[in-house]
Amino acid sequence: MSEAVVWLTVFVLSVFVGVEVISKVSSTLHTPLMSGANAIHGIILLGAVLVTGTADSTLTLVVGLVATVLATVNMVGGFVVTDRMLQMFSRKPARRPRGDGS
Amino acid sequence: MTPTLAPTWVQLVYLACAVCFILALKGLAGPRTARGGNLVGAAAAVVAVAVPFTYLDLDHVALILVAIAVGGVVGAVGAQRVQMTQMPQLVALFNGVGGGAAALVALLELGHLGDATPAFDVGATAFTVAVGAVSFAGSVVTFAKLQELMTSRPVVFPGLPVLFGALLLATLVLAGLVVAEVAVGWAVGLALVGLAVGVLLVLPVGGADVPIVISLLNALTGLTVAAGGYVLGNIVLLVAGTLVGASGTFLTLLMARAMGRSVASILFGALRGGSTLGAGEASDRPVRSAGPEDVAILLGYAERVVVVPGYGLAVAQAQHTLRELVEVLAARGARVDYAIHPVAGRMPGHMNVLLAEAQVPYEQLVEMDDINPELPHTDVVLVVGANDVVNPAARTTPSAPIYGMPILDVDQARQVVFLKRSMRPGFAGIENELLFDPRTTLLFGDAKESLAKLLAAVKAL
Repeated sequence: MSEAVVWLTVFVLSVFVGVEVISKVSSTLHTPLMSGANAIHGIILLGAVLVTGTADSTLTLVVGLVATVLATVNMVGGFVVTDRMLQMFSRKPARRPRGDGS
Repeated sequence: MTPTLAPTWVQLVYLACAVCFILALKGLAGPRTARGGNLVGAAAAVVAVAVPFTYLDLDHVALILVAIAVGGVVGAVGAQRVQMTQMPQLVALFNGVGGGAAALVALLELGHLGDATPAFDVGATAFTVAVGAVSFAGSVVTFAKLQELMTSRPVVFPGLPVLFGALLLATLVLAGLVVAEVAVGWAVGLALVGLAVGVLLVLPVGGADVPIVISLLNALTGLTVAAGGYVLGNIVLLVAGTLVGASGTFLTLLMARAMGRSVASILFGALRGGSTLGAGEASDRPVRSAGPEDVAILLGYAERVVVVPGYGLAVAQAQHTLRELVEVLAARGARVDYAIHPVAGRMPGHMNVLLAEAQVPYEQLVEMDDINPELPHTDVVLVVGANDVVNPAARTTPSAPIYGMPILDVDQARQVVFLKRSMRPGFAGIENELLFDPRTTLLFGDAKESLAKLLAAVKAL
């Protein structure tokens, strides 16, 4: 198998996993899920670190540092705000027989 | 693609991080596991970012750490300070900066690519630059609409479809030039055109549909990150980006279905003339309004009450007062639930977050499909700051912009009480016939004040 095909395989399998793991999500959790997924793509920070660490001119260094700041805002902010939201959901009393909500 | 020279242990750590992201998404999809899932994702992200510092001989480490510290502080403070009502804007903004970062990373990586790089790899880089720029500009416009820095109504002008088409064509041509010449100059042009496409993509979208666009842009940023991962030869970026891209696309379709719209009609509906362009003006037709005491009597002696909370409730910060009122009614023997429309608030699931903040028990939040069969037997429905989600025009008027959207069948209840600030129409900008129904009573005023007066009046019964 050529290397590109390996990457394609990982990509296609990830698509299916991505759809599968959230297929049964209740609409109650749409906002935290969106925000959590948003935080996960903040992992572009890893890419920003890699290119900034190999920058060979002032211009590329500056652009790389800007990308690093932006990506960190995405990643850190995303996870913190998702946790803040979910914290509120978990404050409720956990035990209660399933009923009609009366 | 840069050859993967990372040692085996690094590869294994990356694999573990990728698995953690899958577990994080899976956790986020269930109410019990959501918080844990989010923490697993955060931990994996921190580990993945730390790895290159350990095995690579990176330059400028101090500056990079400063940049991370700055971004971390900005992100964390913003996330701590934001009001829960402003959550959609913040998610849009975080998404935008992520897309922007991906585009910049791809631009820099393009400078490292040689002429011998396979065309497919350069193409992936061009994709990252273009789509990252679209996501950045689109998110910024979305933020401006939600923050009401600009009108939340669809912005259309003559020639917009032509301009949009021309820009898309320019994107393809520039991407082709980037691939042919592997030149950073063309890629910068591509990024600029991408920004313009992002702006024009979101401008015609009406206020009520903006949440769907956030989800779509989120998915786009995910795909951008995935392509960036391929270019950099980094498996974590590829898996994490693809996961977000795929689940985000699926989530977008779920939300669009909950609103009874197709994604295409949300994005391009305004260009065809229909969509969420409404009257947007207050009507002077007669309505029946009442004082808090009358409404208190209506509520105080009802056996079955359903509350329909809307964004207006959250804007007035009246969730706590509402919860108190519901508790008092329940203590008087009434059966009270909250009916939650899937798109109540400014973002799907937003209302659940807002009510959870006011410590409303999760069990009292009943989803639309479960509450609708009960509404014909409901004595009083109390609508607080909601409008479009109870507008029967969605069932009855094919010309209405919200036609086809599933709604809460409030019009089938015995009595309806609207708490409204004024007769102005809702976010979608259309009039609600239910307001003029003989069974409807209106209580005008700020939601928080009205609820406080109602609470006092019910207690005095």
